[in-house]
Amino acid sequence: MAIWIEEDAKVLVQGITGKQGMFHADKMVEYGTQIVGGCTPGKGGQTVELQGKAFPVWHSMTEAIKATDADATVIYVPPPFAGEAIMEAAEAFDSIKGEGVIVCITEGIPTLDMVKAVAYVNNRPGVRLIGPNCPGIITPGETGGAKIGIMPGHIHAKGRIGIVSKSGTLTYEAVAQTMSIDEGQSTCIGIGGDPVNGTGFIECLAAFESDPQTEAIIMIGEIGGNAEQEAAAWAADNVTKPIVGFVAGATAPPGKRMGHAGAIISGGKGTAEEKFEAFKAAGIACAMDPSELGKVLLESLKSAGLR
Amino acid sequence: MNIHEYQGKMLLKAAGVPVLEGVHCTTVEQALNAYDALGSKVVAVKSQIHAGGRGKGTVMNPSSRDVVMEGGVKIAFSKEEVQTYSSNILGNLLVTIQTGDEGKIVNNLYIEAGCDIAHEYYLALLVDRDNKSVLIMASTEGGMDIEEVAEHTPELIHKVIVDANVGLLGFQKRDLGMALGLNGAALKSFGKMLSSMYSMFCAEDCAMVEINPLVRTGADEIVALDAKVSFDENAEFRHKNWDDLRDLSEEEDTEIRAKETGLSYVKLDGNIGCLVNGAGLAMATMDVIKLYGGEPANFLDVGGGANEEQVKTAFSIILEDPNVKGILVNIFGGIMRCDIIARGVIAATEALSLQVPLVVRLAGTNVDEGKAILAASTLNIHPADDLAEGAQKIVTLIGGEA
Repeated sequence: MAIWIEEDAKVLVQGITGKQGMFHADKMVEYGTQIVGGCTPGKGGQTVELQGKAFPVWHSMTEAIKATDADATVIYVPPPFAGEAIMEAAEAFDSIKGEGVIVCITEGIPTLDMVKAVAYVNNRPGVRLIGPNCPGIITPGETGGAKIGIMPGHIHAKGRIGIVSKSGTLTYEAVAQTMSIDEGQSTCIGIGGDPVNGTGFIECLAAFESDPQTEAIIMIGEIGGNAEQEAAAWAADNVTKPIVGFVAGATAPPGKRMGHAGAIISGGKGTAEEKFEAFKAAGIACAMDPSELGKVLLESLKSAGLR
Repeated sequence: MNIHEYQGKMLLKAAGVPVLEGVHCTTVEQALNAYDALGSKVVAVKSQIHAGGRGKGTVMNPSSRDVVMEGGVKIAFSKEEVQTYSSNILGNLLVTIQTGDEGKIVNNLYIEAGCDIAHEYYLALLVDRDNKSVLIMASTEGGMDIEEVAEHTPELIHKVIVDANVGLLGFQKRDLGMALGLNGAALKSFGKMLSSMYSMFCAEDCAMVEINPLVRTGADEIVALDAKVSFDENAEFRHKNWDDLRDLSEEEDTEIRAKETGLSYVKLDGNIGCLVNGAGLAMATMDVIKLYGGEPANFLDVGGGANEEQVKTAFSIILEDPNVKGILVNIFGGIMRCDIIARGVIAATEALSLQVPLVVRLAGTNVDEGKAILAASTLNIHPADDLAEGAQKIVTLIGGEA
């Protein structure tokens, strides 16, 4: 078990004929992800060569899912078309299978496009959106596994730690920290730091709590908004597994934009200090430095009798 | 991206939102002509900068910092007063609660006709991340600091959440108007104005539209007396008109140049320059520097696929800040390979003949090759295995505590 994405999940790539899409599709195949083809409107019927093997391209997500019975799709479509790509995938998964996971990697999608896309996805309760502007989701296997996104596959190993993070490279940092204490990961999810996104912290925590493979959780937040505070309050009542937390942006000056549109502090709301406080109040073990996540995780595992 | 009040009002007017007549000026002469053209006995002389609190700000001489005048928005009752106020403001520094001590030079004025005000309200449209929707917020307590109102009397702030599936509905406009105590012609005027403003918000890809105050006139018309409009930069590709609205003098020069190279840079007040991949890791790097007793000089995210040229530009931007006494490079290579970064770092330090201490922490893809390249160089580069070690090293090297 893992969450949402099994090791052998069948995955489509939207934008597979583009530079980014093709590059990352190749890396995913190399890792062992079961890529079953891709979708680029106007290029249906072509094939794309990944790791020396030919993969089919369809015009539409409806055709692609009908032909492959895919479980998930990953989107590398450029920002002007990404909102619609999400909605196309949502409608196709919903009408054909009643379920599906959409992972949107694209960075720079207009916020109002995401407002529309998220409302559209939420009307189709079997469909899950992860992202946008995120590294994706990975469920490492014994050999290979399902890497759906842009994360470096080789730093991961199958294990019992679930990781959820707003930030990309900090997720990798967290993965490296689990490896430094000889722990692997069940599933790692980058939910993205944009103001309007799909899956949030609470859904990830709930899934990790009910996943038998996951025994402890690392949660990485960023300044801006109050998703971390809400998740911490929810976890205090609903999560029995140990959680280790970090929040980036303690030194960010108020109001300055730090690359992620979401990371804006307005009027004292959403500061790192506030979030760390909420974590501590919920019994989440905090690392003040991401290089200490491993150490703090090890202590948490020990005090929970898991080591 | 922020725009000036006068530009925001042009957009509002075009969308059908009632605004007062006004003229954008850059010289005292234009301001005097504007006064004549408006034909209004009373006019407002308004400084145009990308910051709030203008009315309560202080106008200063930019070199001596002597106070020229209190208030960056003045009501003029005669042409002579227009002359006095506009010459006091133009070319001088306006310091407000939102500009910080450095203030902003005022190059633009807006001369606006007077208005018969019966009541002042507050109105804002923005994207609410909690509800993942457009949120409309209004209050009877206009003209005041809305954050104070939100803190002390939150019941006076009324909210409507727009369902993206159906758009803004008639009953939502009525409910909000009635919550403000409006009725009759004023309620009707409010509903019409709100529809126009919501359409503009969506059509122009706004991040925020804030009107404080929104006023009810003696004739029960609803008019936008101020306008703070900001755009969602992600939507720039579909708004060619934004180029004309952008005021580059309001943006940090180095930040603009960084953006052109595909880097994300924000200048800070410390002395340790940072070069990192990923926004979250860049923020965490700053946090850890501070944790070990240092002060970061900047936020710099080189993105996911930086090349040698970008690394070089990043170094030169960091070094333009005279406060920088040392640099910490922190790269977790995913798609980006550590060997490429290592070569970029060496090329940049040679080309710029780097004088300050440099600590480089590499992890991830091709880390061993990257470290070997750095070790083989004769340059004075200090390697680090993790972020904590990197931060401690750079703090020590510049003579801090760590």
